[in-house]
Amino acid sequence: MRIPIALVVALMVAGGPYFVPAAPAATVGPVTDPVGVVKIAKGAALTIAYWMVVAGPDASLGIDTRRGAEIAIADKGGKLLGHPIKLIGEDTGCNAEGGQTAATKLAANKAIVAAIGSNCSSEAVPGAPILWKAGIVTVSPSNTAPKLTAPDRGPTYDGYLRTAHNDKVQGRVAAEFAYKVLKLKKAATVHDGSPYAEGLQGVFAEVFKKLGGTITAQEAVGPTDTDMKPMLTKIAAGKPEVIYYPIFISAGGHITRQAKEVSGLANVKLMGADGMFSPDFMKAAGEAAVGVYHTSPDLSPEALGPAYKVFQEKHQKKYGEKPLAPFHAHSYDAALMIFAAIEKVAKKDSAGNTYIGRKALRDALFATKNFKGLTGTLTCDKYGDCADPKIAVYQTLSADTAKWDPGKNPKKIYP
Amino acid sequence: MSLKIPSGSFPLFNWEASVQSSLMRRFTVVDLYLWAFRIVVLAVVVWGTIGTIMARRYPGEVWIDFVVYGLSQGSIYALIALGYTMVYGILRMINFAHGEVFMSGAYTGYFVAAAFGRSGYLDRNPVVSLLVVLAVAMITSTAIALLLERVAYRPLRGSPRLVPLIAAIGASFFLQYAFRGFFGSGFQAYPETQVLKGTWAIAGINILRTQAVVIVAAVLMMLGLYAFVMRTKTGTAMRAVSEDREAAALMGIDVDRAIVIAFAVGASMAGAAGFLYALVFKQVHFFMGFIPGIKAFTAAVLGGIGNIPGAMLGGLFLGLFESVGPILFLDGLGIVAPYQLKDVIAFTMLVMVLIFRPSGIMGERLVVKKA
Repeated sequence: MRIPIALVVALMVAGGPYFVPAAPAATVGPVTDPVGVVKIAKGAALTIAYWMVVAGPDASLGIDTRRGAEIAIADKGGKLLGHPIKLIGEDTGCNAEGGQTAATKLAANKAIVAAIGSNCSSEAVPGAPILWKAGIVTVSPSNTAPKLTAPDRGPTYDGYLRTAHNDKVQGRVAAEFAYKVLKLKKAATVHDGSPYAEGLQGVFAEVFKKLGGTITAQEAVGPTDTDMKPMLTKIAAGKPEVIYYPIFISAGGHITRQAKEVSGLANVKLMGADGMFSPDFMKAAGEAAVGVYHTSPDLSPEALGPAYKVFQEKHQKKYGEKPLAPFHAHSYDAALMIFAAIEKVAKKDSAGNTYIGRKALRDALFATKNFKGLTGTLTCDKYGDCADPKIAVYQTLSADTAKWDPGKNPKKIYP
Repeated sequence: MSLKIPSGSFPLFNWEASVQSSLMRRFTVVDLYLWAFRIVVLAVVVWGTIGTIMARRYPGEVWIDFVVYGLSQGSIYALIALGYTMVYGILRMINFAHGEVFMSGAYTGYFVAAAFGRSGYLDRNPVVSLLVVLAVAMITSTAIALLLERVAYRPLRGSPRLVPLIAAIGASFFLQYAFRGFFGSGFQAYPETQVLKGTWAIAGINILRTQAVVIVAAVLMMLGLYAFVMRTKTGTAMRAVSEDREAAALMGIDVDRAIVIAFAVGASMAGAAGFLYALVFKQVHFFMGFIPGIKAFTAAVLGGIGNIPGAMLGGLFLGLFESVGPILFLDGLGIVAPYQLKDVIAFTMLVMVLIFRPSGIMGERLVVKKA
């Protein structure tokens, strides 16, 4: 009987993190909340955390979203309910381990009211449940994998929302563009095993086949691989007309450069997604970046209106450059959504201390309706999808990073 | 320094001695398991290969491409593996910071290459500028390895074997984060070299110019190193030290000098590998040394660690298996996206070699030699 008992213990240990016990309601000051209450003493800082990829090859993605949140805080005058807003954060590295580490570190900090992040879907999969177990609700500005807000996502993701689009939308736009506009009938896809890339190429392949096209190969590489030529040679055997590789900057750069060198792929169209929509991608791919198509959120004035122009000017003034990646506006919206929800649920006592119920805050965020944000009108559904998705297709015209100007270079060509 | 374990003195295996049947003694559960493992791997390889060949999906030229890709990647592994193997051969120590020595060469070369690229000198005088970048990469790697040897390894030379190993792992982290601190965590892109774009037709086969350059340069360097170790006085001294340090010292060989030269030569090969790597892949960042380092270490073990031709062969084999293996073994089995599994192939191959021939392809039985 020793083995079965050991097995049961092992299963309990393994299942432990997913087992959320019904905690007794906490009452602090005037607030009672089943998950917990954050007390902010008069004059003390109200802490918001970010968990983003601010270091490594994909740092531009995280720095871009962090700046979106910083501008949102600045627009609030740096204060909320009389408390100065303090933004703290952890790097996530755009991988599952990094997401888990960052979330664990943040979860230990009881002062955090809410979090913004993560960037890569692979970080959110392990990270979001850790944060919610500590009662911290998180709004992601750039996770796009469909499974994060799928109806079967489970109660551990109850504290997870996103202002980024769901890749069901992005994958469909990419497939429609390739099939209807470029009139290509044969496509190959490449993913890197991350939930983001795997989900997105899956949607693309499904829609592309439904439209009448053929998928010649669905390949995969490792995110740290460098030699893509054998994999590309294998793809070339199927004679695709377009390769769709919705992955990240480093591996995406290698594929872009090496596709030109593999015989049989010299004229194949290359198409990526928002994960490598950044000037760093031009650095990674060099001259080979010219002509590459990207799907990415539509940041054009027609789609976003005049408020975005004001944001761009603030960005230019504050950081001296244009936004680095596509999700700063989503991050700005995530921050404003959190601030609005906090204002709705926070209560003050006579001494001027503020109390915020954690479950109340989570419920207020999920109840967000017709929220006017920078990216459109946001309404959250019960699985946490809040975006008002507008996806465009861009094409890179020049690989000079100094000419990075989304809309002009890469040029918006669809819709 | 003896690795020989008197039979029966290892307490974990005492139960084995108590088994009376001579048949059981020759054929234990572990043996059975290992045999089953060999048969399974062999069956998978044969089955997959037959499947791929029967499918006839890939024409002949494509297979040549796979081999060339593998050889160029493999020669980079081989050059790095030389450093592991030489340091092990002479000191019985695994220099885990060697991957970072490789990274530092490639990274430093970037600054020179970028300056040449901006000024246009790279395209006017490609040969001169590439040689300068190569020299900078080799010199930096050598300097860093010598510094490591002096500061981190030499003071620990008399201590138990695990101590320098831990120092090496620490040094590896130190170098990574030092580079990250100095140059940021983003990557840097090497400039394009116009002359190396496109292909050359060599004996009717189209080979990418960068790959031709990598393979030729690596082969030349390895031949040079081999001649240095086998033909020169210093090389002979190094071999003598690796054979028996005390006896060599008694014969008047400067042991410290031989060790320093082993470090220097191994590191200069790693620096050259860093340059060649950057020529092909054009991205450098502070963490780039880790995976090639692990792969090169694998290559060194594969070939028989401590053995110079073994490291070269191990590197080439590893590169070839990574390039050809997924398509030859896994594609035929109907596995989707086999290139995701190329690391699995590389390390399964390592395990197989360690089961069939624990000393590596070219390695001698250490137990006999060093006893």
